[in-house]
Amino acid sequence: MVTISEFQSGSARSRVETAIAKARENESFHAILNLYEERALQQADRVDNGEVTGRLAGVPFIAKDNFLTFGGVTTAASSFLENFEAPLQSTAIEKLEAEGAICIGKANLDAFAHGGSTENSAFGPTKNAIDETKVAGGSSGGSAVVVALGIVPFALGTDTGGSIRQPASFNGVIGVKPTYGTVSRYGVVAMASSTDTIGVLSSSVDDATLVMDIMSGKDDKDMTTLPDFFVPSVLEGQLKIGVIKESMTDDVDADVRAVTDAYIEKLKASGHSVEEVSLSLLKYALGIYYIVVPAEISSNLGRYDGIRYGKRAEAATLSDLYGKSRDQGFVTENKRRIMIGSYVLSSGFFDAYYLQAQKARTLLINEFNSLFENFDVLISPVAPTPAFGLGENTNDPVKMYLADVMTVPASLAGLPAISVPAGKSNTGLPIGVQLIGQRRTDSRLLALAKQVEEK
Amino acid sequence: MTQISIDDVQHLAQLSSLQLDDAEATALQGDLQNILGYIEQLSELDTTGVEPTYQVTDLENVWRDDVVDTYGIEKESLTGLAPASEANQIKVPKVL
Repeated sequence: MVTISEFQSGSARSRVETAIAKARENESFHAILNLYEERALQQADRVDNGEVTGRLAGVPFIAKDNFLTFGGVTTAASSFLENFEAPLQSTAIEKLEAEGAICIGKANLDAFAHGGSTENSAFGPTKNAIDETKVAGGSSGGSAVVVALGIVPFALGTDTGGSIRQPASFNGVIGVKPTYGTVSRYGVVAMASSTDTIGVLSSSVDDATLVMDIMSGKDDKDMTTLPDFFVPSVLEGQLKIGVIKESMTDDVDADVRAVTDAYIEKLKASGHSVEEVSLSLLKYALGIYYIVVPAEISSNLGRYDGIRYGKRAEAATLSDLYGKSRDQGFVTENKRRIMIGSYVLSSGFFDAYYLQAQKARTLLINEFNSLFENFDVLISPVAPTPAFGLGENTNDPVKMYLADVMTVPASLAGLPAISVPAGKSNTGLPIGVQLIGQRRTDSRLLALAKQVEEK
Repeated sequence: MTQISIDDVQHLAQLSSLQLDDAEATALQGDLQNILGYIEQLSELDTTGVEPTYQVTDLENVWRDDVVDTYGIEKESLTGLAPASEANQIKVPKVL
């Protein structure tokens, strides 16, 4: 893997060319959907002639293909948007470009970010960076793999229920899902608006912190952004850390537990106090998530009607046009989620499913709040297993969803959570641990990860 | 446990503006049944008197001035995205 500082010598053009060459050498992983070579080289020349300066001058990066960008198509890994050229750029991309960073291409994902393995991409799955027979994780699978392969020092992802953290864990990179509202979502394809967040995957904590510092902040184009609060910090004093005991049961892979325990020992060695705590509602979090999120998806994906943009199917009537365009443009997992959303929002089922889930969400948030009265940080594994096999879970949606069981609670509560590489399974697959904090304590989580990284 | 029939699947597809072929509808019948079976466990929770949470920002009433802001995007670049357009209007099949 490479860091930003290793990408700050030589001309910007040579750095972009190096990254693009490395991307081409690694095409077999199918981590990248499109390279924006022409625009990237133009940007590099602007850095080299002094027109553009900044903290990331000439540093190449890759964005998940649900960020709207200039330079090529933005597909969300769907056939619906296969030829879509965005008329605007997302705020996150604009902020990085203003600091001289150069987007060299777009990373693969599960179509519309629906999935946990990148196998739902309309253009084929991404392979794990360490073992090509395993999944990359998802939905930001391509973003995790390009960082793990050392193509670029950082990549952008989105995390609605674990889509940055889980692929980060599966490929051995750092993944940051910030406090809900930290980074503007303007110009990013919406999935579930009450939990969608934008974050970064990188090889070092310092790099992740720098990118978050640049991307975060209030944006008039996204009314859900919080007032500026993210300031990089250094850890001072000892923290009280709680281990979520429900995440360390026998159902969890033994290697995952062993790696998490070893990380806990490092935290203790740094002087922090660590105690077991209970998040009793953990087992209900996935049920809440798979009601709330499909409900929001069914609404957000209503915009894909074949009328205003994207692919339109041939049809004689308007209702046929909608039905056929959507049938052809969505992958099966998109349809499952839209239909579950329609079901839980239907009159007659609304109270039993949607309203019950939003009430249960309140109970989950209350439980987190009471834990944070006594603890600064919570720790758990990122996922119950290391990367699973390609094709292993594709015929069983519920089994696929269970990979999200430890990441969805922080999403539902809007909490910052980061995935930190912590070790390997006995077969050599990366395993990450998850650090969860109270809202707006993102930089403290990063400082804690940094302290352990230096051990 | 909730039973989902093929008719239910087709009704949900219609609510969702999806035209499914028979094979896909049959496959989705099993999937939806399993997913609903899983999420039904929430009925175990006592939520009497609990307020629902719809958003987690704590922000309320974020105002802006009531003025047109194009965000720097030309109308033509948006209408030009439509699969069929003419004279800066989006074309659709006959509605009536």
